[in-house]
Order: sequence, then C-alpha cells, then structure tokens
Amino acid sequence: MMYDFLVDLFGNSALANIIAGTIQSLLPLFVFILPFALFAVYLERKVSAHMQDRLGPMRTGWHGWKQTIADILKLIQKEDIVAKDNDRLLFNLAPIIVFAGSYAAFAAIPFTSIFIGTEVDLGIFYIIAVTGIVVAGILMAGWASNNKYSLLGSMRSVAQIISYEIPTILVALSLVMISGSMNLHTLSEQQTGYAWNWYIFGGPGSELSKFLLIPSMLVGFLIIYISTLAEVNRTPFDIPEAESELVSGYHTEYSGMKFAMFFLAEYANMFAVSAIVVALFLGGYQSPIGYLGDLIGAKWMIPIEQFSWFTIKGVFFVFVQMWLRWTLPRLRVDQLMAVSWKYLIPIAFVNLIIIGLITLL
Amino acid sequence: MKQAEEILQILKANFPDSNLELKTDQPTEPILVASPLEIDKLSMFLRDSSELLFDSLMNLSGVDEIKANLLSVYYHLESTKLKHKITLKVSTDRNKPEVSTVTEVWKGADWHEREAYDLFGIIFLNHPDLRRILMPYDWDAGYPLRKDYENPEFYQGMKVPY
Amino acid sequence: MSQESSLNTKSSAIRTEEMVLNMGPQHPSTHGVLRLELALEGEIITNVIPHIGYLHRCFEKHCEAMTYPQIVPYTDRMDYLAPMGNEFGYAIAMEKLLGIQVPERVDYIRVIMAELQRISSHLVALGTYGADIGAFTPFLYCFRDREKILSLFEMTCGARLLYNYIWVGGLSHDLHPDFVRKTREFIKEFRPNLKEVNDLLSHNRIFIDRTANVGILPVDTAINYGVSGPNLRGSGIKWDVRKEDPYSVYHKFDYDIPVGEGKYGTVGDSWDRYYVRVLEMEESCKIVEQALDQLPEGDVQSAIPKRIKPPIGHVYSRVENPRGDLGYFIISDGSTSPYRVKVRAPSFVSMQIMNELCKGYMVADVVTILGSIDIVLGEIDR
Repeated sequence: MMYDFLVDLFGNSALANIIAGTIQSLLPLFVFILPFALFAVYLERKVSAHMQDRLGPMRTGWHGWKQTIADILKLIQKEDIVAKDNDRLLFNLAPIIVFAGSYAAFAAIPFTSIFIGTEVDLGIFYIIAVTGIVVAGILMAGWASNNKYSLLGSMRSVAQIISYEIPTILVALSLVMISGSMNLHTLSEQQTGYAWNWYIFGGPGSELSKFLLIPSMLVGFLIIYISTLAEVNRTPFDIPEAESELVSGYHTEYSGMKFAMFFLAEYANMFAVSAIVVALFLGGYQSPIGYLGDLIGAKWMIPIEQFSWFTIKGVFFVFVQMWLRWTLPRLRVDQLMAVSWKYLIPIAFVNLIIIGLITLL
Repeated sequence: MKQAEEILQILKANFPDSNLELKTDQPTEPILVASPLEIDKLSMFLRDSSELLFDSLMNLSGVDEIKANLLSVYYHLESTKLKHKITLKVSTDRNKPEVSTVTEVWKGADWHEREAYDLFGIIFLNHPDLRRILMPYDWDAGYPLRKDYENPEFYQGMKVPY
Repeated sequence: MSQESSLNTKSSAIRTEEMVLNMGPQHPSTHGVLRLELALEGEIITNVIPHIGYLHRCFEKHCEAMTYPQIVPYTDRMDYLAPMGNEFGYAIAMEKLLGIQVPERVDYIRVIMAELQRISSHLVALGTYGADIGAFTPFLYCFRDREKILSLFEMTCGARLLYNYIWVGGLSHDLHPDFVRKTREFIKEFRPNLKEVNDLLSHNRIFIDRTANVGILPVDTAINYGVSGPNLRGSGIKWDVRKEDPYSVYHKFDYDIPVGEGKYGTVGDSWDRYYVRVLEMEESCKIVEQALDQLPEGDVQSAIPKRIKPPIGHVYSRVENPRGDLGYFIISDGSTSPYRVKVRAPSFVSMQIMNELCKGYMVADVVTILGSIDIVLGEIDR
C-alpha cells in the first residue's frame, strides 16, 4: 500500500523502488522505535522511581522529560573503547546484529490495518526466526569481549533464549491451529469487533468451542507472556545481565554508542514481544469497544485509532514488564532452565493437545 | 563454669611436664602462660576435655614485647557450652619467633594467625596457608606492628611516606 | 578407519578446564573492596579464595600513637555501618580497664543508640541482600527507614555516619529534647514498613528458591570457626553476647533472641541467616521502647575522666555488634596511649567460612552466600 504510493511518487523506476524500500524500512525506526525507546527509558526510570518511593529524574525539563535525550547525547559523545585483546571485527559487529535482529521483527508487526512493513504470510514464523539472530549477536558480543563475565553472560543468554523459544512457539502454534493463518495481519483482522472476539477469550464466533477454549487460551497467554519475558532478558529472567553477579553480562565491555545499540535493542525488543502477545491474543490493533470513526462516519480516523490502540496495549505490557522487574528478585540459572523445561514446555504441549481436540469438535 | 585456678589444676594434672603458670597480678582477667611449641596439644585438650570444652576461639592476637625481646600470642578462649573463659599467652624469642598453630583445633584461628604472621612475623608451625593477609603479598619491608618497624622508602618504585 | 584417526577421536573427547574468575575488588556485590578468586567448573564453584586487605588503614598501628580518647573516632571507621556499636565496645573495654562506673542515663542512651544502630545496619544488610538477588526495590525501602534513624543520630550528635558520640566514661552530648518523641514516632512508622519488606521479599517464592538450602552452615562448624552474631544464630543456636555475657544495662530489658528454624529449607541456610536479622530488628524495637520508658535523668558527662591513664595490664571485652561479637583486646603499659589494640572483628571471622559454604554451588550463589554473611570490609581490613 504505502510502498506502491512511494514508488508512484518517485516515478516508476528501479531507483524509485530502492528509494521507496529504504524510506519504508527506515520509517518505523524514526517514527516509532527511537521515540519509543526514548519514552520507554524515561518510563522505566519513572516507574521504578515511583515504585521505590522516590521521584526519579526531575531536573532536566518538566519532571525530567529531557533526561533520556540528555543520556543519548552523553552516550554519543562517549569514547568508544575497544580493548587490545577484544576481537575487533566481532566486537563491532555484535551490537549491529543484535539491533538488526530486534529491528527486523518490526517488519511483520501490524501497527494498523493499513500500515504493515511487509505483509508476509508467515508472519509469526518470520518474527520468531528473525529474533533468533539476536542470539548470535549476543554470543558474538560475549566471545569478542574477551571477558569472563561477558562470556558467562552470553552463554547464559543463549541457553535461556533458546529454551524459552520452545514454549513461545508451542503457544503460537496453538493459535495457528485455531485461526488457520500465520499472517499477523489476518490474525488481527479475525479478532475484529469487540473485546470478546479476542483470542484470549476464545476468538470470534459464539459456538460452544469458543467457550471451551477460554481456559486453554488464558493458560497459553500466561505461558507466552512469561517466555517472552525471558526472551528479552527481563527480571525475573535477567540472569544474562545479572548486575549483581556478572557485572552486566555480555555488554560489560561496551561503551558509548555500541552500548546504546544494545540498550535500544533491549527496549525495541520489549515492545516487539509485547506486540506479538497483543497481536496473537489481544486483538492486535483492534479496538475493544468499537471505533469512533465508524460512529461519526469518518473512515480516515480508523487507522489512527487502531495505531493508538495497538500502542496502548503494547505499552501496557511493557509497563507490566517493568513492574515485574522492580518487584521480583531474579532466578538462578538452573532454576530458570527448570521453569522452562519442567513447567512451561509440558504445560504448553498439553495445552496444544487440548486446543487441538477442541478445534476438532 | 570454672575459674582460671581450677582450669590450671586440670591442665597441670594432664600435662605434668609442661611449664604452666598463672599470672594473677592483672587488673582484669588472669593469664595462663604456656610454652609456644606445646600450645597445639594444650589447645586440643582444652577443646576436647569434657570438663573444659573450650569450643570457641574468641580472639588471637600477636603482641610485640620489645623490652623483653619477645613476641607473644594471646589466645582468648570461651566455652559456649560451659560458659567459662580463659586467656592463654605464649611467648617466643623475637629472633626466631615460632609458635605451633592451632588451626587444627579451631579453624577460625587460620586468618588470625595469618594476621599475626603478617603484622608481627610470628611463624606458626604447620599452618596450612601462612601468607600475608592485610599487607600486599609482596611486601618485603618487614612486619609493621613490630615496635621497631620503620616505613620503607619505596614500595614497587612508589614513594611510601608520600 | 585408520589407526591414527581412531586415536584422534579418543583424544578429542571434550577437554574441560577450570576457569578462574576474579570477583572484585571492583564488583557490584562484594560489599566493598573484596576480591574473591573463584575456581569454576562451568558455573559450579570448586574453590573460593578470598583476598582481603584492600581497605587496610592500619587502625591498630594508629592506636599505638594515639591517646585513649583519640581512638574513639577511629573505631567509627571500622564497621562503618554500625559505628555506635564500635564506640560502645571500645568504651566498655576501657571502662572495664579503668574501673569506671558510668551514670545510668549514659548506659540507657548507649543501649538506645546501639539498638537503633542495629536496626539501621540490618536494614542495609536486608536491602543489599535483596539487591544482590535482583530485587532492587526493597533496597530503597530499607534505605528510606535507615535515613530516618540517621536523622535521629544527627539530631543527637550532629553526624549521620561517623558519630564520635560514645566516649570513655560518658557521651559527647546529652539527648536532644525531641529525641524521645521522634524515636517513638519512628518505631511506630517502622513496624508496618518492616512488614511490607517481609511481604515483598522475605516470603517471595523466588527469593526463597534462591536462598533456602543455599550455603548451609552447621552449628558445630560455625562455633569452630568462631562465627558469631546473626550468622551463628541462623544456624539455630541461641547465642548472643547481650544474654551470655551481659554488659551495660541489657539485663534490665525483656527481649528474645531469634534463631534460625529452617522454615523453608535446612537450619543454617542463607534464608535463615537473613530472617534472623529481620526478626532481630523487631527485638531491637522492643529494647528501644523499654529503654525510652525507663530512661533516667542524670549528667552524661560526669564520669568522663580528665586524663585517661590506665594501670599496666590488659583487657578483653566484647559487645554484640550487628555483625556479631566485636571484641577489643587492649594492652596498657601505664602511659596515655595503648601499647597494643587488637580488634576481633566479627566480619573478619565470618569471612573465613566462604570457602566452606560455597563449594559445589553456582556463581549466583556466591553472591547469595556472601550477602547472607553480611560483611563490612572496613571491619575486615581495619
């Protein structure tokens, strides 16, 4: 949609295709991810501060809203330190790969019914696959840093992300079974109407099977939320960073902009996984209460409303992630594996079978 | 609960050859003076004898008695079961300061003895790991808590009295 | 397959190697400048060698050049989380050597200060323990309450961290007229806050999983090592200098000595050591309340000697500091400065059990165990 528009704008040529592609791929970065990361860092500070009986940044601007901008400026100016024994190539490449991995996931996330980076039919599959690249980046960072803490952190991280991908995939699979589609756009479209059409409440329709699905869907929702939490290394699963044990894990040796890349990737990832959870279970960009645009007959308003709903839902789950981070202690590495392999995966399997049987009805 | 006199009698009965002496001319607790090379056997007895049961070493401190040309070690013992206490003292020649270790008896003595070695240069015979503890491992200017200690001019090329 | 390649497969069985990890001296969870040399098999600990001395400030050597009253501010700097306790211990030892009887008001104020200090020190222990395990929020809740105690101290003697308040034979200042009221207010506010910390941290499932059955210290080993204070009581023995060897006016108060019970695991595990501290804060509140009720009138400086010149001799005296049994061994040669001062620092002794406790656990547990022992490097290195 948007791509065609841009191609027309630049005169239909090969060059126009490239320009249009570049613009479209950079759009989410500058319109959404960077502002979101800035906002999320600010939110994190304020949320943690208010949970801890303090105020957080207060001096730069009104309630410190300029604080993250100042931080980014500081990070840009910082000296980029590469130690003598670091593996230069991998060391420089790692933050880019990590960021690219989490950024690429945004391509298939449907923000509204009219804007979606690329509407791939294998949306869920694509996102899960592409976020897997992050693992390689983290391992590279840990290895290239030539630091034992970094190495331990990256090893833990890899083990953790791979383990927790399994329950995520199993739950996503159960949704694919119900909806019959891997396309996130289609999935969101199916959950149109009101909140009870969301998959967390059994999906659209009003047959018996919908009501039978509700408990399984709630279980599936919890599993996917817990495992995505682990995939983005947030508390209680932040053992790869574990600042009290491993100093700060795989990015111990990074400074300046490269550190900022990891930081940006972390916050982008937080939103990406929340977006997946929202798209799968909570109606994606669909409004739970109908659209104002429909009511007053202004069709052009609907995408804006959809975008707002999507962002609100996503940010809500980002907030929950922060909430958990500032409340819970962290697990030990073996306990973390136990949670995944002994609890989440078997439950997800059983859940998958139950959902399969219900859909057969 | 036993007084120092009774403890001395018990020890004398069990170690007839030892040179034990009770100094009571102190303003506070009396001190039991023992010989430095027998202190490990004595301690083992103090810990294990059912009448004494000194299961805890409260403190172990080295002291430099420069006027008498001696280095001494004070042991403050306590029994958590029988609730009595005793202070032991051993003195050794300043030029060849050797004392038997009590780490076998009370494991907590390990670091205390290392500290006494570090700061006074008292050699604890058979100590499992007699290294410096508070000072740098490569400190070679002597033992700082000795009364005749003087700061070295340089340490690792750095000026010491800066 | 040729002879050579079959040999090759044999020898190419994965070669593993012990990794040595230096934790510290600059590390977020070593509670100061401690260096732990960890030998690791994967993430499993095979050996721990603590290296101390980075904060060695020659307290004992300094003392030999100071007069007796000049030593008081130096004692503050040992266990910098509980300076009142350090001063208290020094004052008790010196009074024993000099044979001074202090006015009753002085004793009561000292006990109040020491118990408030115990609460504040345990709050730091709790908060940092939570932070070690990854829960950062309780840390700030604890520090909020600690600040209130420090304000009470500031009101009394003008300093928030290093007080120079308890002198040999007396105190530097009498209480501020508002002190009693504000302390009562503090205790009233503090009790619900303590419950909040308990709900947030102590009984949190993840916290229990991390600390229960980790770093179990049997009571015999603890006594053999000379471990004292909450670490010893966590192993399930009711041993407290305040009860066993009463000093000052502690015998006049009614309070309990909490011990570890192995509520979520084995007796003597990290959770027990932690929880003993939580319970002790409540007992300290009780003592402070009783002391405030009975606080007598009097002059706090009447017994301060003009010139301290103790008789030739030695004294060993100890008090129950927040970290355990703090002993002062002072030898006097009859002059105005001591011949020798040795401090038996509770953390110095407790630190030795690290190797015993950590073997076979994981890297993350080293932090758990170290936090549960609650060391202060200022006191270890002196």
